[in-house]
Amino acid sequence: MAQTAAELSYTPYHRETSAFSGIFSWIFSTDHKRIGILYMISVLTMFIGGLCLGLLIRLELIAPGATVIDAPTYNAVFTLHGVIMIFLFIIPGIPAIFGNFIMPLQIGAEDVAFPRLNLLSWWLYISGAALLIIALFTGDKLPDTGWTFYAPYSTATEGNISLAVFAAFVLGFSSILTGLNFITTIHRLRAPGMTWFRMPLFCWGLYATAWIQVLATPVVGITLLLVILERGFGVGVFDPAIGGDPVLYQHLFWIYSHPAVYIMILPGMGVISDLLPAFTKRTIFGYKAIAFSTVSIAVVGYMVWGHHMFTSGMSGTAQIVFSFLTFLVAIPTGIKIFNWIASLYKGSIELRAPMLYTLSFIFLFSIGGLTGLVLGALATDMHVHDTYFVVGHFHYVMFGGLGIALFGAMHYWFPKMFGKMYNEAVAVVAWALIFVGFNVLYFPMFILGWNGMPRRYYDYLPEFQYWHVVSTIGSWILALGIFMMLFNLIRGITSGEKAEDNPWGASTLEWTVPSPPPLLNFLEPPHVTHGAYDFEAMNKGKKDSKKKKKGKK
Amino acid sequence: MDHAEHHEEHPMIGYGTYISVWLALLILTSLTVAIAGFDLGQYTTAVAMLVAVVKTTLVGLYFMHLRYEPKVFHYMILVTFLIMVVIVIFTFIDDYRFSYLNHEVQAEVHH
Repeated sequence: MAQTAAELSYTPYHRETSAFSGIFSWIFSTDHKRIGILYMISVLTMFIGGLCLGLLIRLELIAPGATVIDAPTYNAVFTLHGVIMIFLFIIPGIPAIFGNFIMPLQIGAEDVAFPRLNLLSWWLYISGAALLIIALFTGDKLPDTGWTFYAPYSTATEGNISLAVFAAFVLGFSSILTGLNFITTIHRLRAPGMTWFRMPLFCWGLYATAWIQVLATPVVGITLLLVILERGFGVGVFDPAIGGDPVLYQHLFWIYSHPAVYIMILPGMGVISDLLPAFTKRTIFGYKAIAFSTVSIAVVGYMVWGHHMFTSGMSGTAQIVFSFLTFLVAIPTGIKIFNWIASLYKGSIELRAPMLYTLSFIFLFSIGGLTGLVLGALATDMHVHDTYFVVGHFHYVMFGGLGIALFGAMHYWFPKMFGKMYNEAVAVVAWALIFVGFNVLYFPMFILGWNGMPRRYYDYLPEFQYWHVVSTIGSWILALGIFMMLFNLIRGITSGEKAEDNPWGASTLEWTVPSPPPLLNFLEPPHVTHGAYDFEAMNKGKKDSKKKKKGKK
Repeated sequence: MDHAEHHEEHPMIGYGTYISVWLALLILTSLTVAIAGFDLGQYTTAVAMLVAVVKTTLVGLYFMHLRYEPKVFHYMILVTFLIMVVIVIFTFIDDYRFSYLNHEVQAEVHH
C-alpha cells in the first residue's frame, strides 16, 4: 500500500515524549490511549486476583465439609471474589479500557472532552483498589457480608466493612466521572459528518452506559455512606433494632446495582455489534433497532430493581409490578439477539478469534438471559431464589456476556492498540478451552440450584457432590484457557508480527488511522460521509482516493 | 460547532437577577419554617416538597444557568428528574405498606 509522507514520519502514541519520563509519562498522562492502557493493566490485574479467589472457592467445594479453607475464610473469599469482580473488573471493564482507547477514535475526536478528569478517574480507581486492599489487611476480621453488603448484617458484623464500603464509594466516583466524560465527548466532539446514526454501535452502547453511570451510581454512594453512618454513629437507617428498615437498604442498593448490570452488559453488546460486521463484511442488520434497544434497556433497566427482593417480604403489588417490568427487558434484548443473528445471513463469515468470541457471546448470553426470565417470574423465583441457579444465571450473563465480549474486544482491537499481532492458532485453542471450561464450570450450577443447593454455603449434602466436582474441573479448564489467552496476547506485544492499519478489513473510523495511533489520533482531520458499517461506501472511497493519488502522479 | 458558539454568546446576567433570586430563596426558606408551625395533616410533606421544588427550579434556572442553555440540557435534566420520581415513588409505595404492616403487627402485640 502506498503511504504518504505524513504516515511514514508519524510518532505512535506510546513513543511520544512528554514532560515526564518512564512510568510517570504513563501515570500522569492525559492521553486517552495511555489511560486506556493503564486501565487495561490495572483491571486485568484485579481480574486475575478475582479469578484466583474463584478457583479457591471451587476447590473448597470439591467435597462436602472442610477441604482447603475454614468456613469464616470461605465467607471472606466469596465476598472478595464478588467485590473485586464487580467493582474492580466488570463495572470499569469495557468502558474504561476500550471506551477510553477506542471511542474517541471511532467518533473522529482527538481525545475525550475532559482529559484531566479522565486521568483523575483512573487515580480514583487505583485509590479505591488500594483502600480495598488496606481493608483486607487491617481490622479484626475480613469483610464477610457478600458483595451486596446487606444490612443489618453489614451494619453489625465485626468485619472491616466501613473501609471496604468506602472503597466501593470511591470507585463509584471513578465510574461517575468516566460516564460524564463520555456523555460530553459523544455530544460535543464528533467529527464533521459523524451524525448520531453514523456512529458505531459500540459508541451507542457506551453512551447509554454513561447515563446509567451518572444517574445510578450516586444512589449507591449515598447508601454506602448511610451504612458507614449507621456503623460509626448508630444512626438508625437500616437496622430495625434502632428504628431502621433493612428492606430499605435492599431497595437503595438495587436501585443502583440493577442498572449497574446494564453498565456491565451494554458496552459488551456494543462490542458485539461492532465485531459482527467486521467479520461478516456486511452492514449490521437493523442498526437503528439495535441503537434504540440499547437506550430502552438503559431506561427500563432503572425500573426492575425490585426483582432482587421478591422473597425479602416486599408487598404483593410491588412484586407483580416488578416482575412485569422485568419481562419488558427481554423485548429489547431479544431485538438485539435477533438482529445479530440476522446480520450473519449472507455475510462472508470469517471465523477468526474475535468472531469466535462474538458467536460464543450470543450463545452464552442467550442462556443467561433466558434463565433470567425463570428468576424474573414470581412463582419460579420462589423455588430457585438464593440457590446455585442464581449463581449460574449471573455468571452466564456477566462472564458469558461481558467477560467474553471483553476477551473478543481484546483480540479485535489488539493490533490497533499495540501495532502488533498475536498468534491466531494459539488464540483459537485458548478460545476453545475457555468456551468448554465455561460451560463445564457454570452449567452444573443450574442443575445444582434446581435441585436445591443454596448459594454461599460452605458445606453441602453428599447428593450434590457429583455436579460440584464437574463444576470444579470446569474451573481448571477455564483458568487454563484464560492464562493461555493472556500469555498469547502478552507474547504478541513483545514479539508479535507487525500489524497492518486495518488487518480485519473493518469499516469503522479507528481503522483508518495508523497502528498504533499517533498522539492526537488523526493525521488529517476526518470527514465522515457514510454510516459506520457501510462497506460499499468504504471500498468506493478507497478506490476514489487511489485514483486521486494516481492522477497526482 | 453551533453549540459552542451559542455557549459563549449567552447574555450577561446582572447582579440584580442573582440578588432577587437569592432573596426569593430566603423568603421561601422562611415560608418552609413558618409552615412547619401549622398542622396540615397529611399535606405537611406535600407542601414542604412543593416549596423545595420551586427553590430547586430557581437554583437550576438561574444559578446553574439552565435558562440560558440549549434545549438539550433541559431534556437531560427532565429525564433525570423523571427517573428520580419513578425511583422514589416505587420505593415509597413498598416502604409505606411496610410501615403500615409494622403498625398492624405492633397493634396486635399491644392487644
